[in-house]
Amino acid sequence: MASLTVTDAQVRANPAKVIQPAWVRVMHWINAFAMILMILSGWQIYNASPLFGFTFPREYTLGGWLGGGLLWHFAAMWLLMLNGLAYLVTGFATGRFRKKLLPITPSGVLHDVRAALTFKLGHDDLTVYNYVQRLLYAGIIVVGVLIVLTGLGMWKPVQLYYLVALFGDYPTARYVHFFCMAAICAFLVVHVLLALLVPKSLRAMIIGR
Amino acid sequence: MAKRPFLIPGVDKRLLIKDSIKTMPDVSRRRFIAGGASLGALTLLTGCDVVDSSSAEEMLKQVSKFNDAVQAFIFNPDALAPTFPESAITKPFPFNAYYDLDDAPVVSAADWKLEVRGLVDNKKSWTLDELYKLPQVTQITRHICVEGWSAIGSWTGAPLRDFLKLIGADTRAKYVWFQCADKDGYNSPLDMRSALHPQTQMTFKYANEILPRAYGFPMKIRVPTKLGFKNPKYVVSMEVTNDYKGGYWEDQGYNSFSGS
Repeated sequence: MASLTVTDAQVRANPAKVIQPAWVRVMHWINAFAMILMILSGWQIYNASPLFGFTFPREYTLGGWLGGGLLWHFAAMWLLMLNGLAYLVTGFATGRFRKKLLPITPSGVLHDVRAALTFKLGHDDLTVYNYVQRLLYAGIIVVGVLIVLTGLGMWKPVQLYYLVALFGDYPTARYVHFFCMAAICAFLVVHVLLALLVPKSLRAMIIGR
Repeated sequence: MAKRPFLIPGVDKRLLIKDSIKTMPDVSRRRFIAGGASLGALTLLTGCDVVDSSSAEEMLKQVSKFNDAVQAFIFNPDALAPTFPESAITKPFPFNAYYDLDDAPVVSAADWKLEVRGLVDNKKSWTLDELYKLPQVTQITRHICVEGWSAIGSWTGAPLRDFLKLIGADTRAKYVWFQCADKDGYNSPLDMRSALHPQTQMTFKYANEILPRAYGFPMKIRVPTKLGFKNPKYVVSMEVTNDYKGGYWEDQGYNSFSGS
């Protein structure tokens, strides 16, 4: 590409660099919506029989009471699961996961964590994820898979007994489900904060560029 | 734990009251199903009041019906609930109801009869002595409450499918509908396939002892493939029917199939 002239082919290939393709953007926001419904209704369900010595404030729960929370949870789960499944299939099929999230090397992660903490981590090229991003984005996909598997196992502990067995027993699956939620909430805080600190990344997730 | 006073072995009074309050039916809460009370967060995020409307409630009801159908579709009548050794039994096994144990029905064994109605050949009522003579089996299974907690218990009784056969029930009917002696009248429909599941049981004993009042004397229906609220206690009648007659919790919004 040392040519000084720009060929038609190059113009067509690169009209203006698309950072986030349309399918990623659509699925991202559907997921965000479904995830918030799941978390708020999940807190309602948690409050009916808390695992720990606290409950979630009523103002941040969905459904009004346990029955309402369950209705929301078992409605939003379809949106979350179908969208998540489509995302996984497309992510693998298009090679996006491989291209964007791999490799993840310990030395790369260490280097970028250090750079991030000293505010030296650059965000010039949003098409390339740094190692911290790769680790977090790959990690949250794994957490997403775990929370759906434990959730399905708790929904159908007889029909899908092997899912429950995978995590030990029913109460353990509940704890895993809870900690996955906690991990997603922690991710959400960091994710939103950084998106606001690097607004062009937020723009890319809305209009693509 | 040890210094707390117990009403009966295994029932902690304070926990019991706490549980009762938690599950207390509240007439005002049904209108909150659509989340009117607590949707500040979502309203902020979406910028509109999408969820505080009757259409949201209607949508949720439709999805719940859809979920009933999905659950019935994936229900495998041969899939057995996992069973456990005696050492795994939860002690004490919790008492749970929408009322205090002091308000639990007191049923006189001598006066009690199980009424049988609906699509059956033999509508005779059954005394407890007659029912005790039926062949019985014991299961140690996990009871899972809609609230999320669970406990493993030991139940002994007659498989419901044997009894349905004995009374000549039309097993092509859609439901077996149970009515109970609880105050305010507890009832719950059980879909026929779940009623015919090999582990579904007319339970007369808990931990090899005559079913105590806390767990539903004289008879409870133990359905290890269903959430706890679909395991009625203090049962007084069963009706084989094609009509969906609703249920105490089902009418308030709990998913009707609620099968595991």
